[in-house]
Amino acid sequence: MKRSGLIAGLTLLTALAIAAPALGAAALPPGLLERLERVVSLRDYNTRIVIAGVSLLGLAAGAVGTFLLLRKRSLTADALSHATLPGIALAFILATAMGGEGQSLAWLLPGAFVTGVAGVGVILLIRHTTRIKEDAALGIVLSVFFGAGAALVKLAEQMPKGSAAGLDRFILGRAASMIAADVLAIAVIAVIVLLVCTLLFKELRLLCFDQAFAASQGWPVVLLDALLMGMVVAVTVTGLQSVGLVLVVAMLITPAAAARFWTDRLASMFGLSAAFGAAGGAVGAVLSALFDGLPTGPIIVLVCSAFFALSLVFGAKRGLLLRTVRHLGLQRRVAEQHLLRALWEAEEEQGPQSTATAARLQAHRSWSALALRRQITRLRRRAWVRLDAQGGVGLTAAGRVEAQRVVRNHRLWEMYLIAHADIAPTHVDRDADRIEHVLAPEMVERLERLVAAQEGSAAVPASPHELATPAPGGRS
Amino acid sequence: MSRLSQAALPSAAPSGRGPEHSPSAPVSIHDLTVAYHRKPVLWDVDLDVPQGRLVGIIGPNGAGKSTLIKAALDLVPCVSGEVLIYGLPFRQQRRLVAYVPQRESVDWDFPISAVEVVMMGRYGMMGWFRPPTRAHRRAAVEALERVGMADFADRQISTLSGGQQQRIFLARALAQEAQIYFMDEPFASVDAATERAIIAVLTELKDAGRTVLVVHHDLQTVSRYFDHVIMLNMRVVAHGPTREVFTEENLARTYGGRLTLLSEAAEALAREGRAV
Repeated sequence: MKRSGLIAGLTLLTALAIAAPALGAAALPPGLLERLERVVSLRDYNTRIVIAGVSLLGLAAGAVGTFLLLRKRSLTADALSHATLPGIALAFILATAMGGEGQSLAWLLPGAFVTGVAGVGVILLIRHTTRIKEDAALGIVLSVFFGAGAALVKLAEQMPKGSAAGLDRFILGRAASMIAADVLAIAVIAVIVLLVCTLLFKELRLLCFDQAFAASQGWPVVLLDALLMGMVVAVTVTGLQSVGLVLVVAMLITPAAAARFWTDRLASMFGLSAAFGAAGGAVGAVLSALFDGLPTGPIIVLVCSAFFALSLVFGAKRGLLLRTVRHLGLQRRVAEQHLLRALWEAEEEQGPQSTATAARLQAHRSWSALALRRQITRLRRRAWVRLDAQGGVGLTAAGRVEAQRVVRNHRLWEMYLIAHADIAPTHVDRDADRIEHVLAPEMVERLERLVAAQEGSAAVPASPHELATPAPGGRS
Repeated sequence: MSRLSQAALPSAAPSGRGPEHSPSAPVSIHDLTVAYHRKPVLWDVDLDVPQGRLVGIIGPNGAGKSTLIKAALDLVPCVSGEVLIYGLPFRQQRRLVAYVPQRESVDWDFPISAVEVVMMGRYGMMGWFRPPTRAHRRAAVEALERVGMADFADRQISTLSGGQQQRIFLARALAQEAQIYFMDEPFASVDAATERAIIAVLTELKDAGRTVLVVHHDLQTVSRYFDHVIMLNMRVVAHGPTREVFTEENLARTYGGRLTLLSEAAEALAREGRAV
């Protein structure tokens, strides 16, 4: 994820840099509502073409991107898309020299395809024949091919015959130049990609998860890899015109990375990623049709990145929000259990049903007065803690049951540490403090068996070390 | 992976030097030499593994233990030699062989549940394009039961402990229903419960007449776990029943310092390859 994150970030920055001037200029035009109505109702032929084209492209990119991300080949895809540029320029030069129509996609896209694949070939060659590390090989191919491509584009522009104007549209994309035939080509690619991914779902999953195991079973790993990269090349080349070779990798990776935050199942991740890709394409195309001068490609990438950012925060499986809530929940539970244990130990010392003053409890754990009061309120709400007339805090019957469980876990763990991990009795309190709150029932059982073997079974074993002294201001 | 050119090879060992090979041996390794980037890591391995044994493969780091397994499974190219499974090349006998790779070799963050990983052990039986059926899922759950992990079938695999993950890998190999099991360090950093579970399964396999080869690190447990050992340090130092072969003397020969001449020769070959 780290690498793909890097790429996603870089492409996002690029997209922002490209779109920023246009964003500033695209102040709300007059008659926005009418325009919105026009765009959304798909009345304009051109709008229709562009929206259909980039949505299908996003669908295909999101689908194949799932496997690309999981196969950890994001950077390879980035190098691949950059390596298409010399192919475009060379194809133009070749076509013009032979008297053909240099701007025809029938020449340019095969050219892009050839050098794109050649770029991946060089990466593989460097990796297998030299000791250069893979990331260096990727960097070399990306920059050398892209540099050569930029030089060749300049060269093509200086050719006496033919007009190379607009050849640079492949670098950053120009969706508006899309025609019906392009949409058809994208649709064909999208159908093929969806079909292959569905038919070979199990094979691709195996390849991405455990290549060595797949090979040991006799699956043709190299062929499957080639097929996956072949689909990536197909999507990249068809996406060159609309989003451009710099940003197309973001369409491949960002939807898949976003989808991962919502699910732990590959099938749902696959569907969600394809949906994110398609939605990103559609929303991006609509936005750029609404405002003059907003470039479609970068806007699509920005929309996809927005999906990613939202997923990162709100994702139902691994989103930040969820993790924070869980973490806070654990912290709260830990604080509650500490209070329960303090009250239990007070009862052990002063006899059953006894209560402890707030000052004493505060000294026990260096709680702040506020934090302690909040804990007490919370535990009173659960009817685990009661207050007596003098404001002393004590356990209720239900609270005692819970406290007993907590203290038991803590002491079992302490005894385990002393007996089996050779940790000094004076140190175990702190160690146990951290562990006891996360002990699963299965682990408690095993602890019981271990400890019972040498101690005999006590409901709650006595503390193996001296309990915290009630002296105010002191801590154990 | 570049192959070592034939010219750079040490002349092949004269045949008849090694033990007589039996065509009925589950695993029969003939004059196997393996190199990474022209640097030989395993020289002239020549041995038969008898049927129905638990075989430990031991040796220091870099001794070629994992490489031996990978070469047998055709995962790394061999410079010379061959591995026969019941007398036939591995390629024709894949269905008879199960594999447990090292746990660190995969990304456990992968969006997949435990039972789905185990089902991968049956992909070979399903063939191309066919998704797993209910029968395959049942078999996978049974394999999970055998390693004590049935309760975790639907858990995403990163939520499992290291030992539990190792048991998932073992269950996947069980689901392959093979005759021969190659396991790469299944005992590496697992908890005591997992170690017991694995040993119980290995014993079951042995009692059912299966042959199990295990790359193992912990010398303390070798004589308890395995009835056969292959002691490896770039070449086979000793091989045979544990009682006879696992001796102080052989241990010293396996672990005692680097084999200066052999490793220097390997370095030289690697350098020569780089200079080309």
